[in-house]
This record gives sequence, structure tokens and C-alpha cells, in this order.
Amino acid sequence: MNQRSLAVVSAGLSQPSSTRLLADQLAAAAVTAAAASGIQLTVTVIELRDLAHDIANNLLTGFPPAALKEALSAVEAADGLIAVTPIFTASYSGLFKSFFDVLDKDALADKPVVIAATAGTARHSLSLEHALRPLFAYLRAAIIPTSVFAASDDWGADSADGTLRSRVDRAAAELARELSRRDPVSVIDPFALTVNFEDLLKNP
Amino acid sequence: MQFGIFSVSDITTDPTTGQTPTEAERIKNIVTIAKHAEDVGLDVFALGEHHNEPFFSSSPTTTLAYIAAQTSTLQLSTATTLITTNDPVKIAEDFAMLQHLSGGRVDLTLGRGNTGPVYPWFGKDIRAGIPLAIENYSLLHKLWREHTVDWQGKFRTPLQSFTSTPRPLDEVPPFVWHGSIRSPEIAEQAAFYGDGFFANHIFWPASHTQRMVALYRERFAHYGHGDPDQAIVGLGGQVFMRKNSQDAVKEFRPYFDNAPVYGHGPSMEDFTRETPLTVGSPQEVIDRTLGFREYVGDYQRQLFLMDHAGLPVKTVLEQLDLLGAEVVPVLRKEFAALKPAHVPDAPTHESLLAAKKVNA
Repeated sequence: MNQRSLAVVSAGLSQPSSTRLLADQLAAAAVTAAAASGIQLTVTVIELRDLAHDIANNLLTGFPPAALKEALSAVEAADGLIAVTPIFTASYSGLFKSFFDVLDKDALADKPVVIAATAGTARHSLSLEHALRPLFAYLRAAIIPTSVFAASDDWGADSADGTLRSRVDRAAAELARELSRRDPVSVIDPFALTVNFEDLLKNP
Repeated sequence: MQFGIFSVSDITTDPTTGQTPTEAERIKNIVTIAKHAEDVGLDVFALGEHHNEPFFSSSPTTTLAYIAAQTSTLQLSTATTLITTNDPVKIAEDFAMLQHLSGGRVDLTLGRGNTGPVYPWFGKDIRAGIPLAIENYSLLHKLWREHTVDWQGKFRTPLQSFTSTPRPLDEVPPFVWHGSIRSPEIAEQAAFYGDGFFANHIFWPASHTQRMVALYRERFAHYGHGDPDQAIVGLGGQVFMRKNSQDAVKEFRPYFDNAPVYGHGPSMEDFTRETPLTVGSPQEVIDRTLGFREYVGDYQRQLFLMDHAGLPVKTVLEQLDLLGAEVVPVLRKEFAALKPAHVPDAPTHESLLAAKKVNA
């Protein structure tokens, strides 16, 4: 089996969190779908709640504290990403956005990303399309066509094999297909010298 | 090894009293601080350059010349001189002038400046920061080494038969350090010319400094200036001391919590762990500073930031007393004992003049 890595970012705040629950369902479905394509996925889950102070500090000081640095590096190095946010006030949460604000602007380029969200009512569902999709399009991510939205109704007793389950599986299958088409990610070293100084001198 | 202080020249309200010094008071105080640095046995005083409030230091060579007139051994430097927005012709003239007035007690640290709005005030664009730094320095380098210069570039009017005056003292250009936090191009520039590399170091994790210094050392050797461990490295540092560690922590905390740059963000404990900031006893400062050598190698210059965040001048002078009496003498001895003989000291006018005579 080929080895690939998957980062899962969950911006849920309560514990237990329906955002984390959706993230875990997506991650499990992705592992299953990838295995069917001959890929063994290693999953790293990042709970933004644990990093909330670090994210604010990074915004103020310009560098990530150690735990946040580790999370940012895991996202950069991952072959795929699942990003799940609660919908607050008609959009992604501020914490979710702030994490992607401190991530390097090139870190998601051509990376397959599943976007997903949770909310109290189905009326927020298009937030995925008008808020999350443009955000990740700006970051040049390869956004998976199926986005996954879960409202309170979707967690009801009759949903175990309902529409949420089928959307989760469809997104996971699309993600697995994108992973199988790509080479493993190589991380860019920001401290590496990429220019020839004599060329720079001649042609500043 | 050289030890000294550097100031960014901020005018900041003292959070414990609500008092803000006037520009006149802060400018007079910086002269007092610089003179005191010499009195307590420090080697270097370096001053920043800013063109926006709340900073006062728009004309470092004016201030440094005034300090030069009232000191006798203090090496005068900058932290940093803006190689992007200043005309390299004016830098060449101002620093050669300062060399003559101070008897050669001058070097300078070049930096790009990271405040976007400042660039257009001087007809420049921050997006061209690296190309500006490269072209402007190549002209500055030439102006100090060639009497009559014909030159054409992209960012300023061409020069025909131009001679920068006064000529550098004894025809020895001031030693140049290139300062950068995380731009490999600047480490490369320092290495290419065989100049010094100054890592800001404060406000950033040690891993940044380690990577940048390693790159500079490797490229210094690549360009044939010596072995990697013979490259000339300077580091910033930031400390606050009292005899008892807990007194230092208690007294500095309100200044830390409200400081420009990092205030209202990480706790002092977090920031102390993640950056070179040390708040504690003189012995803790000694131990931490000796530890820098473990990730940058033997280095030539250590400057401390002592006078920012609204600290009253009386406190700053007390800090210098501790630095001069209890910290630097130990560091001098310890660093000297560790340094191999083939690792050079920081260049001075005398050492550069002696080298010039040997090569002539």
C-alpha cells in the first residue's frame, strides 16, 4: 500500500463537539475510501480550540508558538486536508479563519481539501459555498466538489444511513481519488536559498 | 567579543505611571544611555532608524556624532540603517563623515525596514525591498572603494564621474553588517561580500536565527572568505535583571504586557521560553547568553535591547550597571575561553587598517 497523510482541522468549541464528530466521520470514511484505492492514510487531527491562544499570539507576534508550529507543519506536510468549522454569524468561525490566516499562503496550493461545516439549522448550509469555498480557492487548494454540511437534524436517530452518511462517503471517495492521482507532498523550506546572487546583482 | 546595547528609539508610555517622555526628553536620555554604556565598560552602542511615530531616530548619524564627541572608546553602530529607502550616495557620505569625526569608531548594520507606508514617503515600493537592498548596497560598496564612480542602475539616477566625499577614513570603509530575520537573500548578500551578518534574534524563535546563521556561514565559505566558523556574526538579545530573579519578573511584567510588538499577546513566561528574552538574575542572563553560542557557533558581537517599552531612564541606567558590572565581565571571560584561535574578533577600524597594510 502507498502511504499518504491526512490532516483534519476541526474548529468546534464545545465538548463534545458536533464539528469534531463530523470531522471524525469524514476522516474515517477517507481512510476507508483510500484503502480501497491502495493507499494507507495516516491521520493527524488538529483541534483549533487547543490552539486558540497560540493563534492569537501568532497574529500579534508574527511567529507560531511550538504547538501551533507543529499543527501548521502537519497541515503543510499533509497530502490531503479535511477542514471543518461551525457556522457562526453566516460564515466560518473567526478561530477557523485565523488559523488559515497564519498558515503560509502557499501551504495548500494544489492540496486536495474537503470543506465541511456544522450549524444549528439547515438554513446555513450554503455558507460552505459562499464562504469556505472562496477562502480555499484563494489559497489555491484543490477543493473537493462535494462539500459536507451537517445541521442538528442530520444527527437525528434516523440518519445513520441517511443523506449525511452518503455525502460523507461521496466526499471521502472524491478525496481518495485526488490523493491517488498525486505524488506525495514536498514541503518548501522558507530558509532555503532559491536564487543565485550574481544573477540578482546583474538584474535586481 | 564585543558587547553592547541597541535601541529602536521608541517613545512609549510607562505603563506603571502613565507618563510618556517628550521627544526632547527621550533624545537627551538616549545620549545619557549611550555615554553610560561606555562608562560601565560596554563596547558598542547601536541606534535604529525610523521615519514614523512613535520613534524619534530619523537621523542616526547626527545622534551618533553627538555621542562620539562625548565618548572615547564606544563603537558607534546602527540597528538598522535603511538600505532600501535611503539614497546609497547619502549613506556613503554620512557614514564616512561620522568615521572622520569619531576617529573610526563606526560601523553600520543595514536593514530593509518592514513598514510598508514608509517606502513611498521616500519614493520607493516595499515590494521591491530585496532588489533595492541589493542594488543600493552594490553602489554603496563601490562608492567607498573607488574614487571616481560611473554607475547606472534601476532605482536611482545614474552617476557620472562622481566622488563621494569625504573619502572613508584612511581609505578604509566602515565595516558593514547585514541584518535580517528570515530572508535568505540577505544572508547570501552578507556572505557574498564577506561582510558581517547580524541576526535580530529577539522577538523570534531561536530556530530562525540558527537557520539563517548556518546559511550565512556556509555561503561565506563558498565565496572564499574563510572557513564557516570565521564568518562574522552578531546577535541581538533582550534582558531585564535584578539581583533576585523574582524582583526582575515582578518589575518587568507590566512593561512586557504592554510592550509594542508583543504586548497583549503571549505571557512573559511563554515568550521567554520561545525567544531569547531573559528576565531574571544576572546569573540567568549569563547562562542564557552563553547558550546562544550552542546554536550559532562562536560569534563576534552581542547587543542587548535595554531601553524600550517605556522603561524609565533611571531603570535603564541601573540595568546597564548590572550588565557592565556582573554580566559582561563573566561573558567576556567565558566566551574567550571557548573561542578557538582561528576565529576572528569583530572587525574595527584599527584591525581593518592593519589588514590593509599587510595586504598592500
